[in-house]
Amino acid sequence: MRPAPDLKASVQTLHLVFAAEPDAVRDGLARMMALPPLSGLSDDDRGTAEVVLAEVLNNVAEHAYANGPGTVAVTLVPVGLGLDCLVVDQGVAMPDNRLPAGKLTAGPGTPVEDLPEGGFGWHLIRVLTRNLSYAREGGCNRLSFTLPNGG
Amino acid sequence: MQLQTQTRPRLLSVLVMEDRIDAASAIQFKERMRDLTQTADGRVVLDLARVMFLDSSGLGAIVAVKKLLAPDRVLELSSLTPTVEKVFRLTRMDTIFTIHPSHEVAVSHAASA
Repeated sequence: MRPAPDLKASVQTLHLVFAAEPDAVRDGLARMMALPPLSGLSDDDRGTAEVVLAEVLNNVAEHAYANGPGTVAVTLVPVGLGLDCLVVDQGVAMPDNRLPAGKLTAGPGTPVEDLPEGGFGWHLIRVLTRNLSYAREGGCNRLSFTLPNGG
Repeated sequence: MQLQTQTRPRLLSVLVMEDRIDAASAIQFKERMRDLTQTADGRVVLDLARVMFLDSSGLGAIVAVKKLLAPDRVLELSSLTPTVEKVFRLTRMDTIFTIHPSHEVAVSHAASA
């Protein structure tokens, strides 16, 4: 017998914990994208959510846990016009306890030899989220932001 | 990282057979592209029709391939899916690459150039 459709699925909170390393991040993202609340978003909003979450989680893997392995916890809570997201890890703090500026250094006319091969991540996070906030608390990094619907 | 190539005079087409180029696959993508482009000459058109997701690591790898080919050869792109197009646009990399709407357009453009 098939279970009855869960009519509350679209307002469910999702909480996932996984290893912060590239393959586990890819698997964790795939699991998140297939579950409410992300599975219920429009294609465009799902794409945006996947980009932002991938950037945030890969930053944790590459920087917070640069010196050794660890886990990352993601909580997604549907709010009126989007999703509130909280990402917590126990890695090293952000430099100067603040978020990188994420300024783009290239645009039309930049010579090919000067093109950056990185540094896009925080720019993407900043332009695709609202209420971006970082705190270092009790040995944890706590990054919170809102993914707006139709953003 | 599965890449399918097709060689025409002065044009190498590379179709990415994966649905994502991300932090877990970016280095492998860059190395495979370097190997594939070593033996051919002319333009390289990277067909991203099957790539549904690209993160900043994947974008950085595509930029790195463009830099590897410069100054004698160019890397052009075709068939960006919506999320990939968004990443290129928001990072202004859409102003750095020639981006063709389809692989067919990319090939005919190259042939007439």
